[in-house]
Amino acid sequence: MSQKAIAGPAGTPPKRRRRRRRPGIGRFVFLGAFLIFVLGPLYWMFITSIKPSDDYLAVPPVWFPSHPTLVHYIAALFAYRGLQGIANSLIVSISATALSAFVGTLMAYSFARFETGGKHLSFWVLSQRFLPPIAIVLPVFLIYRTVGLHDTRFGLVIAYTVFTLPVTVWMMFAYFKGVPRSMEDAALVDGCTRWEAFWRVAVPLAAPGIIAAAVFAFIACWTEFFFALVLTSRNAFTLPTVFRAFLGFQGAQYGEASALAVVSLAPSIALGVLAQRHLVRGLTLGAVRG
Amino acid sequence: MADVRIRGLHKRFGGFHAVRGIDLDIADGDFTVLVGPSGCGKSTLLRTIAGLEDISEGEIFIGDEIVNDMRPRDRDVAMVFQDYALYPHMTVEKNIGFGLRARKMARSEIDDRVNRASAMLGIAQLYGRFPRQLSGGQRQRVAIGRAIVREPRIFLFDEPLSNLDAQLRDEMRWEIKRLHREISTTMIYVTHDQIEAMTLADRIVLMREGRIEQVGTPAELFERPISRFVAGFLGSPKMSFLPGRVVGSEGVAAIAIDGAAFPLPLPTAHAARVSTAGARVLLGLRPEHIVRAQGASPGEGMIRLDARVELLQPTGSRTFATFRIGSASALAELQAHDVSNPGETIQLDANLNRASLFDAETELALLS
Repeated sequence: MSQKAIAGPAGTPPKRRRRRRRPGIGRFVFLGAFLIFVLGPLYWMFITSIKPSDDYLAVPPVWFPSHPTLVHYIAALFAYRGLQGIANSLIVSISATALSAFVGTLMAYSFARFETGGKHLSFWVLSQRFLPPIAIVLPVFLIYRTVGLHDTRFGLVIAYTVFTLPVTVWMMFAYFKGVPRSMEDAALVDGCTRWEAFWRVAVPLAAPGIIAAAVFAFIACWTEFFFALVLTSRNAFTLPTVFRAFLGFQGAQYGEASALAVVSLAPSIALGVLAQRHLVRGLTLGAVRG
Repeated sequence: MADVRIRGLHKRFGGFHAVRGIDLDIADGDFTVLVGPSGCGKSTLLRTIAGLEDISEGEIFIGDEIVNDMRPRDRDVAMVFQDYALYPHMTVEKNIGFGLRARKMARSEIDDRVNRASAMLGIAQLYGRFPRQLSGGQRQRVAIGRAIVREPRIFLFDEPLSNLDAQLRDEMRWEIKRLHREISTTMIYVTHDQIEAMTLADRIVLMREGRIEQVGTPAELFERPISRFVAGFLGSPKMSFLPGRVVGSEGVAAIAIDGAAFPLPLPTAHAARVSTAGARVLLGLRPEHIVRAQGASPGEGMIRLDARVELLQPTGSRTFATFRIGSASALAELQAHDVSNPGETIQLDANLNRASLFDAETELALLS
């Protein structure tokens, strides 16, 4: 390269050509291994769900089934009542998530703005998660059986709301602490009541936090097994409990289990993708400060 | 428009007594600036007027009404906050009109008022933008627009310019002053910046540790401070204080500074107060009242001091010189050519006619 080509305009220092670093081969190896680690099981699960039963444990393994089938999906959803499990799970998870987000938002706002219960009540709420579920599930079972909530979706909604509330409250608490108080003050002076200031200003600003907390609550409800196992039987059973049926003394129904697992993943993935957009929005950051 | 009267106002936060018995009258249409150092209670006082803080004791009147238990929305005040407090999820237009929508005003009236306020502040072209897309100055204009549009009885400003850079602060200061002249509504403005206070205020309320130290026009506070605190707080650069003793008695007061006695030009009424021989006092001199000595002897009411220059701060046409007299250091505002090197010993004339005198014990003014 000639000197003229790299010299800058008169009076300015010559520009340095930026050397582009070539990505090392190690990076590709690492990324490849990581992808296999993450996606491999998912691929295997999907392939198993459309394999004929003879191919499950074939040696060498069948990577691409020559005759894919949907028979396991039909069996899992209908014969094993997976569809009802999904319906129950959706109703219970959505209801509990909505309740948890609503009550949790109000509680967290109250803790963050008014220091309700002093310094300790908010931590006490979180401490409820320290209890191992096994410690409370039997008393809850007895109470539910007595009051007629056993094997009802409503009973499960209450249990899941209580179960998810502490984490929801703590996530929202941090968000509301981060919303500048002056905005609600401005709303109060502008003509809002306290409730309007909360609803029209604080909630929209904390929306990313509410969505994030709701996603966590939903995933916790959607995947919860232990309470569902003890508190439900033939009517209100949820998706995770259906998987029990695939494991028996005679062997395992790998195809049906994989088919139901594929179906059960869909809402979590959809939620994850939707929520990611909101989680990174950071609505208040950089928006209000000079 | 309305006046504000405050009687015996106290505000406590748990064990912390933030505002300690404020009595204050703010006339209708006045621009009153609450000024003082951080933590003096000025913002708390403003927030109690807005209704954002409950008061512990006392009464606040806006117009003829006691507003102690009135919600902020019912007080008909508008407030501009230090961090602008614009709603980040609303556009500029929605931000400005928010207060009117909250009061369920007719759409046409809202549009009309928003357009008028925006035209006044030159922000109509920003309507569709969100706060995060605005510069600091634009945000502040929008925040002021949101207040103006309400046409409230009283405007409250809580350190609205402190997040802006120096140039923008100057611009916005004049903008606020112009605004007050145009709409003539009562304005109460909190700042810790004494230049803002001096330039904007019809009346300054200088606060210290939850109490009012002095109330008056900027000129009154500047020329006749009632205490060393007031004298030291207002003025940039600050007033210098030279410790001395009163010598002589019965109206022939003189002050001894660093061994030399200088007669004090005392009005008769004040003479008795400083005539106790031996009393320790502080002589307060502003930099502009100390000049390079001219002529063989100092003029009427002037004293001549031999001063060793320690530090020079040239500002172009003027130079601020820090010099030492005995154990005290003081600042003089000199012509640029009066002194060229630190370390020089020069003669300075201090104008005692403009000086303030404070009791060294109580720090209250003896003569101001």
